Amino acid sequence: MLPFILKRLGLALLVAFTVSFISFSLLFLSGDPAAALAGETASGEDIEAIRRIYGFDRPMLVQYGDWLFSALRGDFGESYYFKLPVASLIAERLQVTMTLGVCGILFALLTAVPLGVVAAIRPNSLIDRVALFLSVAGQAMPSFWFGLILIVVFAIQLGLLPPSGAATWRHFIMPTIVLGYYAMPAIMRLTRAGMLDVLGSDYIRTARAKGAGETRVLFKHALRNAIIPVVSLAAVQMGFMLGGSIVVESVFALHGAGYLAWESIARNDLPTVQALILVFSMFYIVFTFLADVLNAWLDPRMRSA
Amino acid sequence: MTDATDPLSREIEGPSPRQMLKARALKHKALIFGMTVVLLLVLIALLAPVLAPHDPYEQSLMNRMVKPVFMGGTWEHPLGTDHLGRDYLSRLIYGARVSLLIGAVAALISGVIGTAMGVAAGYFGGKVDAVVTFLINVRLAMPVVLVALAVVAILGGSLTVVICVLGLLLWDRFAVVMRASTLQVRRRDYVAAAQVIGASTPRIVLTEIMPNIFNNLIVVVTLEMAHAILLEAALSFLGLGVQPPTPSWGLMVSEGKNMMLFEPWLVLIPGAVLFVLVLAINLMGDGLRDVTAPEGRS
Repeated sequence: MLPFILKRLGLALLVAFTVSFISFSLLFLSGDPAAALAGETASGEDIEAIRRIYGFDRPMLVQYGDWLFSALRGDFGESYYFKLPVASLIAERLQVTMTLGVCGILFALLTAVPLGVVAAIRPNSLIDRVALFLSVAGQAMPSFWFGLILIVVFAIQLGLLPPSGAATWRHFIMPTIVLGYYAMPAIMRLTRAGMLDVLGSDYIRTARAKGAGETRVLFKHALRNAIIPVVSLAAVQMGFMLGGSIVVESVFALHGAGYLAWESIARNDLPTVQALILVFSMFYIVFTFLADVLNAWLDPRMRSA
Repeated sequence: MTDATDPLSREIEGPSPRQMLKARALKHKALIFGMTVVLLLVLIALLAPVLAPHDPYEQSLMNRMVKPVFMGGTWEHPLGTDHLGRDYLSRLIYGARVSLLIGAVAALISGVIGTAMGVAAGYFGGKVDAVVTFLINVRLAMPVVLVALAVVAILGGSLTVVICVLGLLLWDRFAVVMRASTLQVRRRDYVAAAQVIGASTPRIVLTEIMPNIFNNLIVVVTLEMAHAILLEAALSFLGLGVQPPTPSWGLMVSEGKNMMLFEPWLVLIPGAVLFVLVLAINLMGDGLRDVTAPEGRS
């Protein structure tokens, strides 16, 4: 188990390192960040001054090294727009995004797993068809549009929920549904396929043959095994969702890290954008690492991979 | 010898694999539905200049936000007009061009990148495989929407930039699926046979591997095309994708959002069309998978 964890950890660190380099160098795509920062009306001297102040006149690798070592100490520089340390800005905004992400994945799991299980127990039944419809529709649903429809129906027409903001738990209901629905189809399909697979296996037949009750067979024997891949998928989806929350946060004007990303991109706030790309990537890397370790712990066969 | 009761000749007279595939495809309702809708929308996009009742860019400040015909409007503007008085139906029709073009070209670019990586990883294994798997991991760790938004913002939102950015970001699923498919095919006897007679690697890949993983490739192409279309709409909705006045469905939703309180149809119509297109492409992709790999159905 320990060699597996160490190997996997090494890989995660290497991925993190590569991602940090890419997210840093992405912002040099424009050619001259100083010119971009100074704006279109700036004179040559202004641009030159900005270049020196922000250190853009140094070689890119030196700038990257500098940035990386500061980032390792938790210092991502100062936001061009907010004039605040990027790290504290992101830390403050992450609360909203994390709340949304956790609620979203819980919503997805609590709807997708039961639906997937029932759909697998009764294939081609009405519930199976409803589950299939929900997952097919979910994969085609533009999340910004789904969010706007919910606002029109529940906030404007019915007046049940607040349309935007993050003041109370009621503000999180619609964003949770939109973000959770995005992750639901994949989880449901995997649960259903896993359950169907397991239910056809020999040890389930044995469990039934020795007279175990149906509930016991389904939950103790079948679901326990079918749920293993779902755990790692949920972790991956959680990472995707945090990255995808940018759309949902902008629809519902939730001032989380995704909204911050949108604001900073629109305002050319390079240090904030770089830091946010890195932070969202780190979440994904940490989640997938934890999922792999958890998987290896649950299923020893995975440890050789 | 050619007696009809002879078991050997009967086998030969049976339906060919192609005919069996066709029969399976025609029985698959979701596939037929998806294909019909996609073909219809492709036709609409191609014939846009003929079908659109108005110029999609022509503004008419006297005719702003005319209601659609089913909400008390007139047939002059069947789906009404937007906040600048532009005919909504015409913009929708031209918007199909934007979505389909972005979806198709982005899927093509990412398909070439991902297939090359996946097939190389699956065929050569070892270090090549390790490097490709690592690159896939790196790519998956980068948040797509965020990176795409940032790059489009830096380079400026034009159709070309959006297509290239999405094409360079969406190759991961191609690489994963093509790698797995190649790994499976690689162990088959006919690949070994080709190696034994001394066929070159490019020849083996092109004539032995590719034809046998082509079905899987087509499925991923459709699914990634849908993915690219949804992402373009999201980028345009956030104001950092295709720029106005280009008629993009995501942009239309975004422009209608401000009037959503009074004129919700401005948001509902383009979003619904987007939903139907993506749904149809996905149904087509899922259907193709069912039909071409009937043994893998669950």
